[in-house]
Amino acid sequence: MRPSHKSATLLVLIPLILLAPVFFPSSFYYRVGALIFINGLAVTGMVILIGYAGQISLGHAGFAGIGAYSCALMPVHWGIPPVLAAVFGAVISALLAWLVGRPILRLKGYYLAVATLGFGILVYMVLTNETWLTGGPDGMNVADSGLRDLAKSLGINMKNSEFWYWLCAIVMVAGVWLAMNLQDSPTGRALRAVHGSEVAARTVGVDVARYKLQAFVISAVYASVAGSMVALQNEFVTPDVSGYMHSIEWVTMTVLGGAGSVLGAIFGAAILTLLPQVLTAFAEYEQLLLGLIMMLVMIFMPDGLLPSIMRRIRGKDE
Amino acid sequence: MTIRSLMTTAAACAMLATPALADINIGASLAETGPAAFLGDPEAKTLRMEVEKINAAGGINGEKINLIIYDDGGDANKAKTFATRLVEDDEVVAVIGGTTTGPTMAMIPVFEDAEIPFISLAGAVEIVEPVNPWVFKTPHTDRMACEKIFADMKARGFTKIGMISGSDGFGKSMQGQCKGVAEASGVEIVADEVYGPQDADMTPQLTNIKGSGAEAILNSGMGQGPAVVTRNHTQLAIEAPLYESHGVASKQYIELSGAEAAEGVRLPAAALLVADQLADDNPQKPVVQGYRDAYEAETGEDVSTFGGHAYDALYILKAAIEKAGSTDPAAIRDAIEQTQGFVGTAGEVNYSPEDHLGLTLDAFEMLEIKNGEWTIVQ
Repeated sequence: MRPSHKSATLLVLIPLILLAPVFFPSSFYYRVGALIFINGLAVTGMVILIGYAGQISLGHAGFAGIGAYSCALMPVHWGIPPVLAAVFGAVISALLAWLVGRPILRLKGYYLAVATLGFGILVYMVLTNETWLTGGPDGMNVADSGLRDLAKSLGINMKNSEFWYWLCAIVMVAGVWLAMNLQDSPTGRALRAVHGSEVAARTVGVDVARYKLQAFVISAVYASVAGSMVALQNEFVTPDVSGYMHSIEWVTMTVLGGAGSVLGAIFGAAILTLLPQVLTAFAEYEQLLLGLIMMLVMIFMPDGLLPSIMRRIRGKDE
Repeated sequence: MTIRSLMTTAAACAMLATPALADINIGASLAETGPAAFLGDPEAKTLRMEVEKINAAGGINGEKINLIIYDDGGDANKAKTFATRLVEDDEVVAVIGGTTTGPTMAMIPVFEDAEIPFISLAGAVEIVEPVNPWVFKTPHTDRMACEKIFADMKARGFTKIGMISGSDGFGKSMQGQCKGVAEASGVEIVADEVYGPQDADMTPQLTNIKGSGAEAILNSGMGQGPAVVTRNHTQLAIEAPLYESHGVASKQYIELSGAEAAEGVRLPAAALLVADQLADDNPQKPVVQGYRDAYEAETGEDVSTFGGHAYDALYILKAAIEKAGSTDPAAIRDAIEQTQGFVGTAGEVNYSPEDHLGLTLDAFEMLEIKNGEWTIVQ
């Protein structure tokens, strides 16, 4: 019997995460791994929005900015511990997503893309210009989260990069697990119905606007937590974290790997996070190569890399 | 599927791995692309050119330099990743770089943890205040530029200053520093205006300053903004003289503003721009002339002070490794800190345990633009 979609995803993901360090020649690769997991978390949220609900957001880095700066600002001004600040940041992101999404998602079509594009740029501008609060373009320090010391007191003593590799892995797997559960829930089925056809979904009694809004809010929380993880790991943030290109990167990762599957999107995140490290010798041509890969995938594998590869494998099996 | 992904991961790891060389590994993370590329590009070109020259002359203590440059695009998160890579994977003994302040600040904890000396090429004073034992920098700070400008204004009898600043990192940082030292310098800031770095017109802000009774105007900014300010300043026929920051110290600024509009504009800058006008007994003269001629011959571009910062960092490092007689990062750090009387493009550098900037106000020359050329104000 074929294992369920949910357990299959986790069965692939968890051994990969556990085994990858065996191949690491130096602890630098833990850092790259942690970045893959952070991007993986964000694109898991994108799968809920793009793959399940069929909506596009071009401003999710804005939510990452809110998550990151919550971790930077709240400990300084209100004495809130950084980890708790990440939770508050997620709540703020959810509220903002709800405010932005509520009027927009009543409309059909790609209005959300335009609204979120504006939203993301707005967040970036506020973070850049309000120097008195955010330190401006030069960025600001983030207080030590104390998580590593906590791990030490529990007898787990690791190098910083190793510690963040495992922590980011745990957070991402938790995020994936939640997303898989959502997919199998009534909400997930309703979302897929909306994705298939809004009219058909409405005729069977699905509140289209409400489900689209839910998906948008959930994906904003994923992006916000990803932003918080960046801030906590780096202990330093600049407004770049909310930059427009990061939003585009996440959409690209999702679509490249396969927007319909969490595993595919994480695969896309892994490729696009690794690529700039592999291509340092061709840094000038990086954008060019990314564009080329994207075009080829869109033309020859419109479902994304992973689903297309899987279909080919299965096709041969039959 | 598991095996396939594993193989992909393994292949990616194999591609990432760089062979370890027995040479002296010196790392750099610079913004060769992105919004700060006009700073990072000459820095990277300078490092490549000078390292080649050093290696051709036999290297340092008989060992060749293996220079590893990564392009962080000015992004703090990427810079931090490359910093980790330089330390963990490339096993460098020292790092130059951080084109701008954000990436520099993001990288510092990595080098502090790994105990690797780091010479930043970014401007802000926070990099070396408070002093971090592992962090040095070569460019002048914006605070020094403010002090130099205010001193010149006062000498000309101007005490009411109108400020107009770009909203980018450089402009904001300098705006804050200038406001901080205004009182101590004996001047009063009577107007404080801001513009976006991409704005095409600054006449409203300049009109406000004109109405505020300012006797002199200080523009803190870099890139194209200051050129627009300079043009608007002439168009509005404002009598209060205009001062620019060291951030515009390249020929491009005069070209963008037009020689006519830039006439009479003053700015503090390193001696590099006026190499030929320096007095013959000035110890900087041969250094800056040599670097300028080499850079312009190699790249075919006009020299800028930004590449000069990289030049200074590399030669401070070279002298330190020679003095330390080893490639142990801690020994190199100690030797860098003992740098005394090093004559670079930015001025004479004297580091000490309390001072990792090592420059004094004398390192700046006050320049005035006359007939489209820089001239030293005597």
